[in-house]
Amino acid sequence: MFNKILIANRGEIACRIIDTCRRLGVGTVAVHSDVDANARHVEMADEAISLGGATPAESYLRGDAIIAAAKATGAQAIHPGYGFLSENPDFVEAVEQAGLTFIGPSAHAIRAMGLKDAAKALMVKAGVPVVPGYHEASQDNLAAEADKIGYPVLIKAVAGGGGKGMRRVNAAKDFAQELEAAQTEAQKAFGNAAVLIEKYVSTPRHIEVQVFGDGTKAVHLFERDCSLQRRHQKVIEEAPAPGMTPEMRDAMGQAAVRAAEAVGYAGAGTVEFIVDASDGLQADRFYFMEMNTRLQVEHPVTEAITGVDLVEWQLRVASGQGLPAQQDDLSITGHSFEARIYAEDVPAGFLPAIGTLHQLHFADGARIDTGVRKGDEISPHYDPMIAKLTVHGPDRATALAQLTRALKATRIGGTVTNIGFLAALSEHSGFAAGDVDTGLIERDLEALTKATAPCTKTRALAAVATLGLHRTVPAFAGVSLWGGVEQTARFAFDEDETAQVETLSPTQFRVTLADAIHDIIHTDGTWRVDGAKTAASVWCNGDQGAVFWGETYPFTVVDPLDRAAVQGAGDGVTRAPMPGLVRVVDVAAGAQVKAGDRLLVLEAMKMEHALRAEADGTVAEVMTSAGDQVTAGAALVRMEADD
Amino acid sequence: MKLTSNIAAGSEAFRANEAANLDALRVVQEAAQHAALGGGEGPRERHESRGKMLPRDRVANLLDPGSPFLEVGATAAHGLYDGAAPCAGVIAGIGLVQGRQVMVVCNDATVKGGTYYPMTVKKHLRAQEIAEENHLPCVYLVDSGGANLPNQDEVFPDRDHFGRIFYNQARMSAKGIAQIAVVMGSCTAGGAYVPAMSDVTIIVKEQGTIFLAGPPLVKAATGEVVTAEDLGGGDVHTRLSGVADYLAEDDAHALALARQAVGNIGGGIDGATQGEAPAYDPSELLGVVPASLTTPYDIREVIARIVDGSRFDEFKKRFGETLVTGFAEICGMQVGIIANNGVLFSEAAQKGAHFVELCSQRRIPLVFLQNITGFMVGRQYENEGIARHGAKLVTAVATTSVPKITMVIGGSFGAGNYGMAGRAYQPRFMWSWPNSRISVMGGPQAAGVLATVKRDGIERKGGTWSAEEEAAFKQPTIDMFEEQSHPLYASARLWDDGIVDPRKARDVLALSLRAALTPPIEETRFGVFRM
Repeated sequence: MFNKILIANRGEIACRIIDTCRRLGVGTVAVHSDVDANARHVEMADEAISLGGATPAESYLRGDAIIAAAKATGAQAIHPGYGFLSENPDFVEAVEQAGLTFIGPSAHAIRAMGLKDAAKALMVKAGVPVVPGYHEASQDNLAAEADKIGYPVLIKAVAGGGGKGMRRVNAAKDFAQELEAAQTEAQKAFGNAAVLIEKYVSTPRHIEVQVFGDGTKAVHLFERDCSLQRRHQKVIEEAPAPGMTPEMRDAMGQAAVRAAEAVGYAGAGTVEFIVDASDGLQADRFYFMEMNTRLQVEHPVTEAITGVDLVEWQLRVASGQGLPAQQDDLSITGHSFEARIYAEDVPAGFLPAIGTLHQLHFADGARIDTGVRKGDEISPHYDPMIAKLTVHGPDRATALAQLTRALKATRIGGTVTNIGFLAALSEHSGFAAGDVDTGLIERDLEALTKATAPCTKTRALAAVATLGLHRTVPAFAGVSLWGGVEQTARFAFDEDETAQVETLSPTQFRVTLADAIHDIIHTDGTWRVDGAKTAASVWCNGDQGAVFWGETYPFTVVDPLDRAAVQGAGDGVTRAPMPGLVRVVDVAAGAQVKAGDRLLVLEAMKMEHALRAEADGTVAEVMTSAGDQVTAGAALVRMEADD
Repeated sequence: MKLTSNIAAGSEAFRANEAANLDALRVVQEAAQHAALGGGEGPRERHESRGKMLPRDRVANLLDPGSPFLEVGATAAHGLYDGAAPCAGVIAGIGLVQGRQVMVVCNDATVKGGTYYPMTVKKHLRAQEIAEENHLPCVYLVDSGGANLPNQDEVFPDRDHFGRIFYNQARMSAKGIAQIAVVMGSCTAGGAYVPAMSDVTIIVKEQGTIFLAGPPLVKAATGEVVTAEDLGGGDVHTRLSGVADYLAEDDAHALALARQAVGNIGGGIDGATQGEAPAYDPSELLGVVPASLTTPYDIREVIARIVDGSRFDEFKKRFGETLVTGFAEICGMQVGIIANNGVLFSEAAQKGAHFVELCSQRRIPLVFLQNITGFMVGRQYENEGIARHGAKLVTAVATTSVPKITMVIGGSFGAGNYGMAGRAYQPRFMWSWPNSRISVMGGPQAAGVLATVKRDGIERKGGTWSAEEEAAFKQPTIDMFEEQSHPLYASARLWDDGIVDPRKARDVLALSLRAALTPPIEETRFGVFRM
């Protein structure tokens, strides 16, 4: 076993690796960017080396600096975590050339799996099923090839992308017509009419198999179902997969082991399959998609059901010990779910959010993997993940109930989060029934992202918090000679509202809303409303607050001093919704634009956000240019309305 | 040591006392509720329809959330001017703004346009006096048409009339006591000097106006036709004249600006705590205090329900027993308590003087619990020089530099009122209980004195005077004394700072002490004691 390793990562995964190292008595070296100087993973590690900078390119992607840090601190190995340099074969070679151990697969294995088409060919050779299809250059017998694959099929432009030149064909009689359409479109879009044909998987599920190799031999640690996705981002993962049969598990496991052994895989990896679930799970309807040559984000669900610490295995195998267990030693106990909690503005279309985590409380009884502490910042430089919440129960229904409960007991204040969405998803009837597929979220998106309107009691608590009375009450609070003193709280859930709050004593408040009156008692963090004890808690800091009561009900506090903001509304100025980099500026002063026209593109957190004109008008002033890094709220374009 | 109560809460006597005291309380409560409504429904609706906050809402939203409010003169002008000026048309009291104790004076424009009746002036001046004595910043929420013209002779010319308001502002400003004005309505004529004399002034746009003469008077005087806004609106005063410093969008914004202004005074943040509760429930006071002033009871029962942990270090307990003196804490603040437990004798007066000296030397504030029928009368007492001993107590009380807080919890009659720091002795605060009575002597005693003089005159002329005739003669005097000694009558005329629910006595004393302890206590120089 190593004496000391360097963790070339940040956030929850760095912390999670350090946890195992501590348990095994392995020393840890953290690396960090300037903005992460006081991050949790730095605090947890025995030693820490600064890489400088803020963006990944300036910090966590600097392989040479990381290797130098390992050499300087006497670390024997580098754990790459996931993302960043974890699947970079050049880095693996550089690490090895420096005389250090890379905790992960060989550069060869990464390269073999990195090229999608080559990897597929390799898998076909290894007897791993791939999506049936026709990928040859000849375009002569396409209809016959389609028949061979079996309908429904998908016609795709070889040069394709963005759905252009893509056609789904359900029956042979429609093939000729759809093919012509696809070819025409492909020709127009890409200047190349060539197409390929693939089996169309109509009810796709994403099921992946955790494998672990020692460089020659491999075992599998069963499957994970990651079908709950939104735009290819996994949302909730579980293990085992609902509806999985022993035959299919066996078939998938063996296929995954073959895939790993075909590339001489060492360490933890994941073989992703697309499963055609249109007839339930069938042992002959899973197809290789790709192999992730790293530890996956969602590995905790596998750890939960197998009792294996995958990081420990990684360290053991990398340090030259054999596989810690054989296939027969491994079994599944119970059921596990993992939910990814992100700083995300769900109603705004899952926009990444930032903020300071003034409030951070997780439920007992769940595994929490997190890289942040109360008071930490979710910065725009990295992935806005706050935590992974993993539950483990004796069966799926129990585990799911635990997931719901744990999500509802999570209290995060200081940024918007996707917790409400996750909780709604955990209560989705189809999900509960195990009826999952990759289209589930998109189909029911509206219901899943619909914010629950806060009830009058929730609003009454918000009123108390708006005045700061949940935190401190002055000495002699509520003392007056005759009548009480009623103060006005101004806050907004969806719309601005006011409530009258009378402080009756340091612990008693009477809140008069437009539509209700509630008596509130607050003692030792417990809130009673109209005499009944509640599970609610409240948080408020500056202009933001939240009532946590089964769900998170965020609200804003209206500052009576902040009158400029009120006057600012409708001033025709387009402001940056978040910090980011101005990629494109589409307009110049004097340009006539229509409502909805794109004004500029802001790149933030790996996504490009188009900022559009709110109304018809003339561009009066452009206050930024492409390449500018702007802060949230920065004025970018000023418009003058057409009269 | 901890006091032990001998009262059986819930006993028949206790319940009878409670019922009588609750009745007395209800009368005051109704008066206070009526006063709190200001000018009544019509004027309040008109006020709000102009987008203005009601005066009590203005005060509330100036204060910190949850702030206590020690209101002064809550029933001032009760029964005066045919009931035309509830609460004397101005709200005054001490509350917290940004953690600091502040005196708030808020005109009530729903009461005759916020014009100043004689009692309005008196109340405004009393609020300023409290602020000056206790070094409390003043925030004036101004919305007033100035002097009440039909009463001009009683509000304008004298020393303690309207002009004194601005004199006080200047003097307080000179002492470093911040003067902040928020102009939320009219500020006409003399009233214009409230904002003009303030250190910081905020004005609400298109609502607040400041001018020495309004548009009608300007037209009459010079023929110039001008709108109120152009003559002295917020825009004019913040942009052109410089009479005001901040322009507010509306009342809420103005109050937020005022809070910000108080926050920028610097220093002086109050760190008071509520302290250990008394071992005996203060709410039992209603059953402890007898229904009738003539029923004697042990004052320690009251002290036990006011002081921290009911702990009382009684000084000189075995000497001059009708005056109870001792040390205690009220909400963590050390105090010397002087409380009546019967008529004052020479020994009691000497003991009181001694105790005042002690507290003065140690700079411990004094709390007077006043329930006094007076000094003992009769040849023996006069001959032994009770007046000389009483004078010692009066000298000590008059000349001590420690803050005095007086609470009239029963009778306040005759020279006892002087020795026990009545209004003339300038206690920092003087509060009364609903059951209390204040007059030069008791009504029956006064009627008796007058009847004796009358009978002597009749009998000197050889006439006779029947018992019925005497009773009929005495009744008007008894009735007059009964009416005039009632705490509402007293409070209406600002003889005290307000009537207090006995159950809140501890809190009110604590808030008063807290205000009183704001400035440092100076060294005392007593006058000559007649030994």
